[in-house]
Amino acid sequence: MSVTVRIPQPLRRFTENRDLIELSAMTVGEALEQLERQYPGITERLREPDGRLRRFVNIYVDGEDIRFLSGLATELKDGMEVSIIPAIAGG
Amino acid sequence: MAVTDDVTEVETRSYVTGLRCRVCRAEYPEQPLAICDDCFGPLEVEYDYDAVARVLSRELIASRPPTMWRYRELLPLTAPPRVGLETGYTPLVPAPRLGAALGLKNLYIKNDGVCHPTLSFKDRVVAVSLSKACEFGFDTVGCASTGNLANSVAANAARAGLRAYIFIPDALEHAKILGTQIYGARVIAVRGTYDDVNRLCSEIVYTWNWGLVNVNLRPFYSEGSKTVGFEIAEQLGWRAPDAIVVPMAGGSLLVKIQKAFAELQRLGLIPPARVRLFGAQAQGCNPIVAAVREERDEIRPVKPRTIAHSLAIGDPADGDFAARVIRESGGWAEDATDEEILAGIRLLAETEGMFTETAGGVTVAVARKLAAQGYLSPEETVVLAITGNGLKTMDALTASPLITISPKISDVERVLRDFSEGGSQP
Repeated sequence: MSVTVRIPQPLRRFTENRDLIELSAMTVGEALEQLERQYPGITERLREPDGRLRRFVNIYVDGEDIRFLSGLATELKDGMEVSIIPAIAGG
Repeated sequence: MAVTDDVTEVETRSYVTGLRCRVCRAEYPEQPLAICDDCFGPLEVEYDYDAVARVLSRELIASRPPTMWRYRELLPLTAPPRVGLETGYTPLVPAPRLGAALGLKNLYIKNDGVCHPTLSFKDRVVAVSLSKACEFGFDTVGCASTGNLANSVAANAARAGLRAYIFIPDALEHAKILGTQIYGARVIAVRGTYDDVNRLCSEIVYTWNWGLVNVNLRPFYSEGSKTVGFEIAEQLGWRAPDAIVVPMAGGSLLVKIQKAFAELQRLGLIPPARVRLFGAQAQGCNPIVAAVREERDEIRPVKPRTIAHSLAIGDPADGDFAARVIRESGGWAEDATDEEILAGIRLLAETEGMFTETAGGVTVAVARKLAAQGYLSPEETVVLAITGNGLKTMDALTASPLITISPKISDVERVLRDFSEGGSQP
């Protein structure tokens, strides 16, 4: 499935300053693995050593927080947008 | 220096040493940045407490005007404040009649429903963050808001001559929308919840060079909340209460009130004592309460459904910190249904003559539960943090049918009989 991943500004130092990355993946977790293959080191910022998402990183699929979906196992369809967004704001 | 008014004659010395990540402890110089580059953790302002201890005393604080700036050494400004000079030092009111209803003999209300200039505790965080925005040279500011913050950023930005963009969820109370637009702020309603607004604003700060108070200015902004705790301690005669009940949206206020008492203890301004912190949320948006009950730090976000719009944050940024502070302090957290919230608003109004907004109804309702469950005991000093004004959330209430009469004594006699009071004739 071809999807677009939106990269937040703090991580663009890993992506040659690109904010949108096209890649092919069946799930959110797979999209992160693809991202790591293209830009080594980037997912170290996003995941704990045990693979869980870091506490202060949120991921959205077409605007919905993946914690309301199936987390990293959330399935992707063609044309979907995966957004990685820092969690600390507001209140 | 020509100006002699102490409000503006503020020492320019800063005690801020920089920013530090609360998770991985990475250090950063002072800048408009809220998130650690390494781990995305929140950044916190660091102070040189030894230097503060050398200058700050109860006497010095007491000699200053009654505003939040009397604790200026513990606020993160490097230049004199430029916004909200009159903000803070709201009344700490003994509440014996509410206390009798709850079974608490030493109950106090910290009433930020009368904070200057927009009648909520958000005036404190905005005073700090917009002063900081001026220091950093921003000419455009803004926020993601459930209403009270929108009011405060709009009003304070107007007075400071700053352009303001205010982002709100599209289903806010009328009074909070009007009370933002009136100041000339550019108000943008975002389809969705507050959490959607927050997410959008997290991206906006990387796109435009704006100072969003609770996004890129958040480390400075949140420090303003400490002044609620400083004032309570001073107003109690330089001691902390035994317990305090605090409404929770993002969870920051509760965490910062705890920090305020800890700082005063560290500086020797109040005696060491354990303050139990109790968090209050609406049942329709209770992710922090759920975490406390289930004894976990991890916050599971929820989709808010509550009349307490100002607390309707389903993914609270400081949720896990708040849950930990509550647990470590020996406190607890409870929630209130919409009916209990409305009953809480009426109870506070009828017993203490204070009209609070829905968030205050949550706090009163939760305090009632905590007292009934034995978490608060009758003899101890308990403070309820009332953070907003009821005139802003009147949509949530229904007025009783109005009794109308002709201007005749016989009509008055009739309605007095209806009120079953008989009227005490002279």
